[in-house]
Amino acid sequence: MSALTDLTIAGARDALRAGETSAVALTEAHLEAAGAAGALNAFVHHTPDLAREQARAADARLARGDAPAMCGIPIGVKDLFCTKGVPSQAASRILDGFRPEYESTVTDKLFTSGAVMLGKLNMDEFAMGSSNETSTYGAAVNPWRAGNSDAALTPGGSSGGSAAAVAAHLCLGATGTDTGGSIRQPAALTGTVGIKPTYGRVSRWGIVAFASSLDQAGPMTRNVRDAAIMLEAMAGHDPKDSTSADLPVPDFEAMLTGDIRGQVIGIPREYRLDGMPDEVEARWQDGIAMLRDAGAGIRDISLPHTKYALPAYYVIAPAEASSNLARYDGVRFGRRAALDQGDGVTEMYEKTRAEGFGDEVQRRVMVGTYVLSAGFYDAYYNHARKVRALIRRDFEEAFASGVDAILTPATPSPAFELGAMAEADPIEMYLQDVFTVTVNLAGLPGIALPTGQDRRGLPLGLQLIGRPWEEGALLNAAQCLEDRAGFVARAEKWW
Amino acid sequence: MSIDRETARRVAKLARIAVPEDRLDGLAQEFNAILGFVEQLREVDVEGVEPMVSVTPMRLKRREDVVTDGNQQDAVLANAPDAREGFFAVPKVVE
Repeated sequence: MSALTDLTIAGARDALRAGETSAVALTEAHLEAAGAAGALNAFVHHTPDLAREQARAADARLARGDAPAMCGIPIGVKDLFCTKGVPSQAASRILDGFRPEYESTVTDKLFTSGAVMLGKLNMDEFAMGSSNETSTYGAAVNPWRAGNSDAALTPGGSSGGSAAAVAAHLCLGATGTDTGGSIRQPAALTGTVGIKPTYGRVSRWGIVAFASSLDQAGPMTRNVRDAAIMLEAMAGHDPKDSTSADLPVPDFEAMLTGDIRGQVIGIPREYRLDGMPDEVEARWQDGIAMLRDAGAGIRDISLPHTKYALPAYYVIAPAEASSNLARYDGVRFGRRAALDQGDGVTEMYEKTRAEGFGDEVQRRVMVGTYVLSAGFYDAYYNHARKVRALIRRDFEEAFASGVDAILTPATPSPAFELGAMAEADPIEMYLQDVFTVTVNLAGLPGIALPTGQDRRGLPLGLQLIGRPWEEGALLNAAQCLEDRAGFVARAEKWW
Repeated sequence: MSIDRETARRVAKLARIAVPEDRLDGLAQEFNAILGFVEQLREVDVEGVEPMVSVTPMRLKRREDVVTDGNQQDAVLANAPDAREGFFAVPKVVE
């Protein structure tokens, strides 16, 4: 058997069930890897005691033969998920010291299925960012480097810590969340697999809210099969989230037949951008050829409102964020600013929020406040929601015409250097999500997976977009791509 | 539509975020960049289009109107920056 940190979730599950290793051994190997990877700044709160306790319990279950697929599997959890008694800060200073009294539905489900939590993972503050640089903990670092350069690259964002930890073999899988691309973009930048399920597939209860009509949690793993296994453990109806769908969760892994003959894959012409690097276009063409080789039909399609997705997102997401983040007032949880003599409750709010929120979060809360303010609500917010309806209709029409899934690049570029966007307009960073954000607006499932490398050896990913509730078919199409891409490269260890 | 210093001040006030005087012009400029970017939405003909209000069309579930939770005062107050005698404590609200 290979090194314990080189196993996949499926491989570890099989080895555990066969008694070839133990959850305790697997956990110790990953605690050691995570503990030695401080340079990546992926884990921001380590929970070794909890991990060891969960691993012992998992071994007991395995011994009894009562072992679901995730039993004994060491994972990392994005800091956005509330975990009982464990710091859960959404990478924000304003939640400094917050230890939830409750467990998010997703982590509860994972723990019930026997998963082992190694700790909490870095991210952009309140999941607002595409490079992990807005984090109060400082940026997570991509384990990949470009050629011979030792420049630190972004692992993407907002689930940057999750992506870095999975890519660096610090855990077998990690939870992520995706509001505009926050699972798929970091997955693409680190050569890992990330799926954002259909809106409503996974409960949002206990996940710090950013933009409630767009947020969805999903798994980040090293291959498609692992994503199927972990998604199944995370998904399902939850009475505590009124937007979670009361639908049965299929056995996603069993749907990985590797057969997509006769399916139609749509190639949207609007996703070909001016100035897009040749290598991104080339990998896209390779992906088309791979799916054709798998027996799928390829069809050019049009999603005419694509270019309006990012602008619509930058009205809707800040509007929802400004409402959701109103709860951080220095009264009920987290951190309150030091007050001067004579300060009243308004000064308490204003100082607490000024100190507690970073620049990007403040900017988005205020933009949201503006677009919702009297006189602008119709002009901005309602107008954006109408455009959103048109973006969804584009997809509905494509699917109604017989398209089964849509193939696009995952990101407009490979990983860039940390700090590279420091002087840029905020819009430059927003463009990272140009291919992923449409999927959140339409509520569809989307998966990013690595299919190649650029000339400096950095991973490049493609995205597949599926029909609502058809994550199983989507994962199967992704499996066909993964089989043919044969992506086996991994970041050389320097940390 | 251009946001000036006074509008930036008003928005910061509405959002309850203290913004120092010397940051207001920069902030107004950042708002203008973002709002300029979203301005392209005006090109879209939305005549007759209903705003999307529900991501996944479904009927919300209903339940009996009964108490299902409660009696957790300690848990509710556990993370408060200032809790006294079973209450959240805040600075003086009325003069």
